[in-house]
Amino acid sequence: MENLLTANQLKAYYRTVQGEEVKAVDDVFLEVKEGEVLGIAGESGCGKSTLASVLSFTILPPLYLIDGEVIVDSHNIFILDKETLRREIKGRYISIVPQGAMNSLNPTSRIKNFVIDVLKEHFPDITKEEALKRARERFEALSLPARILDAYPHQLSGGMKQRTVTVISTLLNPSVLIADEPTSALDVSSQKIVIKLFVELLKRNIIKSIVFITHELLLLRHFADRIAIMYAGKIIELGPMEEVIFSPLHPYTKLLISSILVPEAGMKEKKIDAIPGVPPDLKNPPSGCRFHPRCPSYMKGVCEKISPNLVDITQEHKVSCFLYGGKDGT
Amino acid sequence: MALDKEILLEVKNLVRIFGSGKSAVKAVDNVSFSIRKGEILSLLGESGSGKTTTARLILKLLPLTEGKIIFKNRDITHLNNRRSLLEYWREVQAIFQDPFSSFNSFYSVKRVLNNVFRLIKDDIFKEDREEKIKESLLNVGLNPEEVLNKRPYELSGGQRQRIMLARILIIKPSLLIADEPTSMIDASSRAGILNLLLDLRGKYGMSIMFITHDMGLAYYTSDTLLIMNNGKIVESGDAEKIIENPKDSYTVRLLSDVPVLYRKWEL
Amino acid sequence: MKDIFILLFRSKRFIVGSILFLSVLLFALIGPMLTPKSPFQMVGGLFSPPSDKFILGTDNLGRDVFIQLMYGTRTSLLIGLTAGIIATSIGVTIGSIAGYKGGITEEILMGITNVFITIPSIVILILLSIAIKTRSALVMGLVIGITAWPWAARAVRAQTASLKTREHIDIARISGFNTFEMIIWEILPYMFSYIFMVFILQFSGGILNEATLSMLGLGPYQTVSLGVMLHWSLLWEAVRTGAWWAFIPPVICLSITTFSLMSMNASMDEIFNPKLRRG
Repeated sequence: MENLLTANQLKAYYRTVQGEEVKAVDDVFLEVKEGEVLGIAGESGCGKSTLASVLSFTILPPLYLIDGEVIVDSHNIFILDKETLRREIKGRYISIVPQGAMNSLNPTSRIKNFVIDVLKEHFPDITKEEALKRARERFEALSLPARILDAYPHQLSGGMKQRTVTVISTLLNPSVLIADEPTSALDVSSQKIVIKLFVELLKRNIIKSIVFITHELLLLRHFADRIAIMYAGKIIELGPMEEVIFSPLHPYTKLLISSILVPEAGMKEKKIDAIPGVPPDLKNPPSGCRFHPRCPSYMKGVCEKISPNLVDITQEHKVSCFLYGGKDGT
Repeated sequence: MALDKEILLEVKNLVRIFGSGKSAVKAVDNVSFSIRKGEILSLLGESGSGKTTTARLILKLLPLTEGKIIFKNRDITHLNNRRSLLEYWREVQAIFQDPFSSFNSFYSVKRVLNNVFRLIKDDIFKEDREEKIKESLLNVGLNPEEVLNKRPYELSGGQRQRIMLARILIIKPSLLIADEPTSMIDASSRAGILNLLLDLRGKYGMSIMFITHDMGLAYYTSDTLLIMNNGKIVESGDAEKIIENPKDSYTVRLLSDVPVLYRKWEL
Repeated sequence: MKDIFILLFRSKRFIVGSILFLSVLLFALIGPMLTPKSPFQMVGGLFSPPSDKFILGTDNLGRDVFIQLMYGTRTSLLIGLTAGIIATSIGVTIGSIAGYKGGITEEILMGITNVFITIPSIVILILLSIAIKTRSALVMGLVIGITAWPWAARAVRAQTASLKTREHIDIARISGFNTFEMIIWEILPYMFSYIFMVFILQFSGGILNEATLSMLGLGPYQTVSLGVMLHWSLLWEAVRTGAWWAFIPPVICLSITTFSLMSMNASMDEIFNPKLRRG
């Protein structure tokens, strides 16, 4: 089956006023398949939000696309002109719920006005009544009270706001929904409700796939089909959820998983390992494998010299680490 | 670890109201609990539950509306003279959530460590102070030469929290209140900070009260849990027992909504 | 810190403002030193127009307008400076104590401040000016400063109140700092740039207030200031006689001074508040 989205050799850097380059996305490969939830996990500063911007083609200075392509519906979207991008792709094929979206709602305007604006962007001839009808139907189908449309943002709770912006961003039934940290500011119960909504959107075929970006790897365990681990601008492991969580390959992934704390019986006796050092500065990332200065399995003479490729270990599970080969592309 | 039966801090019917009249908010509503010597407990709740306000009341950063606070058998509810306050803070200290705003960015990090000597009344000469500072930094895994003269923005979040821990090591209070100490630290640096915190009880018999919304953290670190909702303590007791057998409906809901590792959500 | 200066010097607005202001300053300070002439000497015909002898002509009593302009600008700057320092000092003290202590202290202090704000300062200025027997430049500066502090106090209070929520304040408190130490070491450093901008605004406001008062005849005795020059030209009907050189120059001087200060202030605001930066 063809991928809904394929990203190849994606490189996007920030250029600062002082002339430095921040290599936030450095040679990233990704594929999004129909019907799946792809989770992208990484700590703050690893480049995941930049990746979200690139995938939803919101690339504005000081961020620059250096190399690579993103192929959607057999078009390389970076070659398309802005008009086509805006009319055909944005919102219809790929839609993004950016980080902090729920707090960017205009506080002086009712939700329904926002909905009308969004729909008119794509269907200039649509009337207010039609737009509202469509929104109401969609809200009801997803068991959200239609009265939200008449409310002002401050009248809604955090969870409600996040669900609202999510539903609105899927009004045009995009094939790929990209969500950047949609639940970070929510309490535990609201978080679960929002994730339930994402899953339902997929089940009902309103959207065809989800790319869920988060710093909380544990969340992905509960609804992602595949997980990609991002570190210092690169994808270092990619595989089915069960394998990445319960049989991680990359030393970084292993350390991340082992330091997860949950209120589950037996966890109290666990000893959590500290990962020495700090996540690298993307202006000056370490040579070779970017994790090597902190890696317990560091192999001198190898790891700091060249960057390992993303190598298939099983058919679905890839990892970029010299412990598993990858020195010469094998 | 066998817990000392001696009670260190007791909080009775604590109430804190903000505002007045119709817009009055009861942030802390009749809260009572006690902390024993060497005990680690977590005040667990979502934002708005009143846990941070409770911590600030105990730290005497905020006056209370009603209730009593008893520390080492002395009623410290209405401490207002400076000397008694200094004595109290010698024994009760805190580490906060944001490693960046915990520092005054105009000075080097050395200052925050030097300032603790206002609390320590023993006549410690300048050389001894320098020694104590260096020692405490080494004990938290930092190299004094590398960090002492740096400004906060030159260090990572994890390093800054470690300096805050070094500060605690110099003071050695009987009770440490840790308000979300790792929530703003990278996941990969968290374990180090947590282990250092737990060592404080292991090595020095310090009592620690965690303020957190993270159930996993609370369960992992604590002997006792206090679950807070809407200013009230809805359930309290042994951490293990609460996780296995929660009684209050709020606790039950919280436990079922928290993502865990093995039991998958049914969505 | 260094980056701030680099950004400031890249800002065209700041460069223009500071060059203009420096020119005014040099004119006012160096000028009087370079000439033995006095602004009060009657040296020429009454209201004679600009000529080779007198660059800006003479006023109603035959005194050299150009010399007056130099001394006048100096006096105005002095008054503005005094007013600025006094208003800022009082405002910062009251505002920071109110903002930090909160509670009853804040209510009382802000209550007093609000009372002062509602009374039109010009009324207070006029009343005080009439009541005070000696009217030297410094006394004027004092009087203006005393009426201008409320605005600064409110601004500083708001800033202090928001800075108070930073955790380093809590750390300092539980390390045993007292109120005085807290405000000086932990809060004020964060407000340096803000206070400086407040001062610039008070400085330029002070200059304008002096001009207003002096124009009404309530200016300093036996001194020439820009406002006094305007007062004389009004009094002696320079407009009607067409002696534009008696009032246009002081007006221009006032405008350039305040404009340059405002430009510097605006560019500093842009730098210190990155959200305002363009591009």
